[in-house]
Amino acid sequence: MVNSIIQGYVGLTHGIVYLMTDGLPNMVMIAVGGILLYLAVKKGVEPLLLVPIGFGCLLTNLPLSDLMEEHGLLKFFYDIGIATEIFPLLIFIGIGAMTDFTPLLENPKILLFGAAGQAGIFITLLLALALGFGKLEAVSIGIIGACDGPTAIYVTSLYAPQLLGPVSVAAYSYMSLVPIIQPPIMRILTTQRERVVRMPIPSQSTVSARTRLLFPIVVTIITALIAPKGLALMGTIMLGNFMKESGVVARLTGASENEIANIVTLFLGLAIGGTMNGHVFLQTTTLAVFALGFVAICFDTIAGIFLGKIMCFVTGGKINPLIGAAGISAYPMAARVVQVQGQKYDKRNYLLMHAMGANTGGQIGSVMAAAVMLSVLKGMGLI
Amino acid sequence: MDKLTFGLTVLIVGISGTFVTLGILVIFIDLMKRIFPPEGETNAQNS
Repeated sequence: MVNSIIQGYVGLTHGIVYLMTDGLPNMVMIAVGGILLYLAVKKGVEPLLLVPIGFGCLLTNLPLSDLMEEHGLLKFFYDIGIATEIFPLLIFIGIGAMTDFTPLLENPKILLFGAAGQAGIFITLLLALALGFGKLEAVSIGIIGACDGPTAIYVTSLYAPQLLGPVSVAAYSYMSLVPIIQPPIMRILTTQRERVVRMPIPSQSTVSARTRLLFPIVVTIITALIAPKGLALMGTIMLGNFMKESGVVARLTGASENEIANIVTLFLGLAIGGTMNGHVFLQTTTLAVFALGFVAICFDTIAGIFLGKIMCFVTGGKINPLIGAAGISAYPMAARVVQVQGQKYDKRNYLLMHAMGANTGGQIGSVMAAAVMLSVLKGMGLI
Repeated sequence: MDKLTFGLTVLIVGISGTFVTLGILVIFIDLMKRIFPPEGETNAQNS
């Protein structure tokens, strides 16, 4: 009897004993989870994602946690939503339903900024290969440069699931750090004269409701014809947008951008947090992923601004090169950064509408770049 | 295929493919705006 009682009490100490003996990586990751929660709650950094990710990280690293083992709660979310690629796609329907492409349609050529803003993906892929990562790992790391969480998760879960935790956290962290990363690059690469270029806003809309309605269908068809491997990504974002523009399924649109997106974001964040087990996460590769992700976003910004400078020259000074920095998918942060930077040098310069156009172009560009890359890989027989 | 060849291929085809695809989209958007101008909607509503 006494023995049983002692054994019972010993059973209560297993967690603490584990933490003291084999639990250093877990303790570090509990601290990381705490930092993510702090950033989300106190600093407002991507709270919708970082709260579930941070708490998931905490749950999976507590001693003897079985939440990421077979039949565990986090493993269940991972299996049903990430391993099947469903969660990022459901989030994309919501993003499509929330996005207004009118500023882009008003001035379609700024869609090209959405292509330039993806240069970081491909340059980072090269760097990752140089650092010794495998081909598909390099693809997943490069995709951080899309500045697009769901796309990064989709591609990584398919081709390098072992990097899902670092890639996802890096993607969302850098997206929220856009207002800190971009301005110095914008200042260095542009002249005072370029920064004060004004871009007029059309007094009357040049986009009809029919054009807005047909746009998602046209984008979907072109993606399917040129880069079919990305059809799921582009198809879902355009489905959401078509529902919004049609105006006949307000309930579905509302559900997509609210209830479904919220529920999926919660499950997705928890599942990503669940992949951040200390024994797996704390490796030099994680640091390399974070460093490369930073490089990717810098190159996106540089390429966007260079295209802006070229377009400024070609159009005889009608395009402000600063809006090139908005050609990434971090919406609407990148557009706001452009507006703030533009007004720093000319208080009466209103670049927001054009920057929003470039920013929505960046959303399409990031998905298109991923679609093109996957199709290229398919063409090479790698996937 | 070695890593350098792979990386350069994806870099060149990826960037150019993304530009070309989005360029095609720009052409289609311009085309749609010409075929369905906002004035057409106003006239249709008036009639």
